[in-house]
Amino acid sequence: MDFGFSEEQELLRSTARKFFENECASELVRKMMATPEGTTPEFWAKLAEQGWLGLIFPEAYGGVGLGFVDLVVLMEEMGRASMPGPYFSTVLLGGLAILETGSEAQKKEWLPKIAAGEAKVALAWTEPSARWDAQGVTLAATESKGGFTLTGTKLFILDAHLADAVVVAARTAQGPSPEEGVSLFLVPRATKGLEVKLLPTMDQTRKLCEVTLTGVSVPASSLLGEKGKGWAPLARVAERATVALCAEMCGGAQRVLDMTTEYAKIRVAFGKPIGAYQGVKHRAADMLVEVENAKSITYYAGWAVDEDTPDAALAVSMAKAYVSDAYRRVSAAGIQIHGGIGFTWEHDLHLYFKRAKSSEFTFGDATYHRERVAQLINL
Amino acid sequence: MDLKLTPEQQSFRDEVRAWLGANMPRDWTARVMASADVPRPEAYLLLRDWQRKLHQAGFIGLTWPKEYGGRGLTFMEEVILHEEMALAKAPPVLNILGVGMAGPTIIAYGTEEQKRRYPPKILSCDDIWCQGYSEPNAGSDLASLQTRAVKDGEHFVINGQKVWTSLAHVADWMMLLARTDPDAPRHKGITYFLLDMRAPGVTVKPLRQITGDAEFNEVFFDNVRVPGSQVLGGVNNGWGVGMTTLMYERFALGFGLQVRLRIGLDGLIEMARRLEKHGASITRSPVMRQKIAQLWIDTECLKYTGARAITRLLKGELPGPEASTGKMGWVDTHQRLQELAMEMQGPYSQLMKGTEWAVEGGLWQYTFLRSRANSIEGGTTEIQKNIIGERVLGLPKG
Repeated sequence: MDFGFSEEQELLRSTARKFFENECASELVRKMMATPEGTTPEFWAKLAEQGWLGLIFPEAYGGVGLGFVDLVVLMEEMGRASMPGPYFSTVLLGGLAILETGSEAQKKEWLPKIAAGEAKVALAWTEPSARWDAQGVTLAATESKGGFTLTGTKLFILDAHLADAVVVAARTAQGPSPEEGVSLFLVPRATKGLEVKLLPTMDQTRKLCEVTLTGVSVPASSLLGEKGKGWAPLARVAERATVALCAEMCGGAQRVLDMTTEYAKIRVAFGKPIGAYQGVKHRAADMLVEVENAKSITYYAGWAVDEDTPDAALAVSMAKAYVSDAYRRVSAAGIQIHGGIGFTWEHDLHLYFKRAKSSEFTFGDATYHRERVAQLINL
Repeated sequence: MDLKLTPEQQSFRDEVRAWLGANMPRDWTARVMASADVPRPEAYLLLRDWQRKLHQAGFIGLTWPKEYGGRGLTFMEEVILHEEMALAKAPPVLNILGVGMAGPTIIAYGTEEQKRRYPPKILSCDDIWCQGYSEPNAGSDLASLQTRAVKDGEHFVINGQKVWTSLAHVADWMMLLARTDPDAPRHKGITYFLLDMRAPGVTVKPLRQITGDAEFNEVFFDNVRVPGSQVLGGVNNGWGVGMTTLMYERFALGFGLQVRLRIGLDGLIEMARRLEKHGASITRSPVMRQKIAQLWIDTECLKYTGARAITRLLKGELPGPEASTGKMGWVDTHQRLQELAMEMQGPYSQLMKGTEWAVEGGLWQYTFLRSRANSIEGGTTEIQKNIIGERVLGLPKG
């Protein structure tokens, strides 16, 4: 049994940490998050140069061909830097959806471009009902003249305003179960009738959109995967993206703990550093316990997904449930221990506190995943 | 990263499993009360025989060096053994304080004569050990202990009192911390003795606890004479030696805890399936489903945090931050599990063993009460948080 990282993975971690400290320091994060793009062409090109935009894509599609455990390492470091921009949406959502379901031609067309930083792809899944289950996919796709017509509204769509194409989850049929009849379409952003509206978000490092499709006509060749069989691959994408998200959250939580510990050592009150008081010390210890457990369950989920173990879905839900609560609590405790300075815009804590909140509700919060755990353990 | 066992580890697991299948004493639980971490006094003979059997099969002292009776294996085999014992619901190892703490500490600090004399009898359960650390006025603040040891020729004369001493009523030997230099700074005047519990002047008085059982004791020393050859690690050097013991304690008592927690959780879920509350099965209640799922998740987190710590040990690395969190995490989860068992039973939770109305024979009432000690014994949760705050996070002392 070896539940640790390899030398290569540790090297990836230290390389990534150095890279983000230099290229994604908090001044740059703030600059980028204040723009609609949330990134800059130069920064995006550097991510491509590192090979990180294609980290998990096979080499045949311009990627590096690494596994999910490697990705977990990189995502932790991105979370540590609170990196803004469309990495998660393009690589883990749009990119992964194409990798999971695309035809050879679709993969050859899009994945190398994504890896090279030349294209971005969003995934339009949720709707105003905000449901993550198959019932939530109601956007209608009706078959007509060798193609399909898509009409409906997608909400909470990450970075659709930056995308060159949007993968749209739509309903082509009402099957006996809600999982049947879900189809995925790869729709170029410029398609007539597809409108994207950028929404103001609490977490400025994550850009959410409303995507409206009004009688959007697409050819049959835009189908990703088999018609009506889109739910299973979509669920696989969600599993993988959720693990990546958890890893990013772990990295952010660790950074909050580091900042808070440093502050508790130097901030003096009543003649002592505040970290000497048990009220503060014990809360910091609680933070550490949550951060370490969050990492453990995330690493396990990463390994389970990589190995496709029978309990992978359970592992992912356990991770998302635990990490959602942990990051929220850890980032709140960080603000509390910092006191007034932690409540200012100037201090970086709010970037993490807000990221914890946006991540909590992406792919289901702790309550949602605890219920999934209950189902998966046959309760 | 690979969570699968190596072929060697897998075959060790098979060996343990097969052996347990053939050699487990039947119907022992009723006599010992399955859940107790420390066995009841009346189970002593059964448990002594059980450890001897394990020892003869080569399963005691797996990580000890071969020259002192061990097998020189890694912590992984120790983990596998304890997991399998927990899964088989096997009786605990009676002399756990000897095997897990006294033995490794003697091997680390002892003279050659001490290393030859004590460890073999620890493994064979001929000598049962207890731990004489806590005193009425020295619990979490252990360094303020006042039991005195005064040099008198080749001997030391001990006077004072220990308390909360598990197994003292059956023990042959005690790991004793006593003050040899009252003028030295607190940590520097303490000596670690190997004390014969049958020496004249040693009195053991059982203490009854909130479960009604007497698992632990008060121990009084009235002019007890201990030969100088029974000092371990040098006079006035006892603090460092004693801390080594505590480090081993965390490993020794930590093995199998997660699996025992999982078994408790399985029991809880079985109970949830059988019981109704307000006219509906407990497993249909969304609130209860949330609570049970959270316990499941927390139990799995403990398992994988433990696996990370063991991986570091096996690679010969220093323990990382994850190694310090296990005790606290286990305590919190186990106490919540026991509270939930009471909540599920509702008014029935009031009924103890002795009425057929009691749920599952009143077993949960015992384990619920016993779980209150978890956050006190083996280092209180508050002390654990101080340790994490100061040693792991580097925060200043108060």
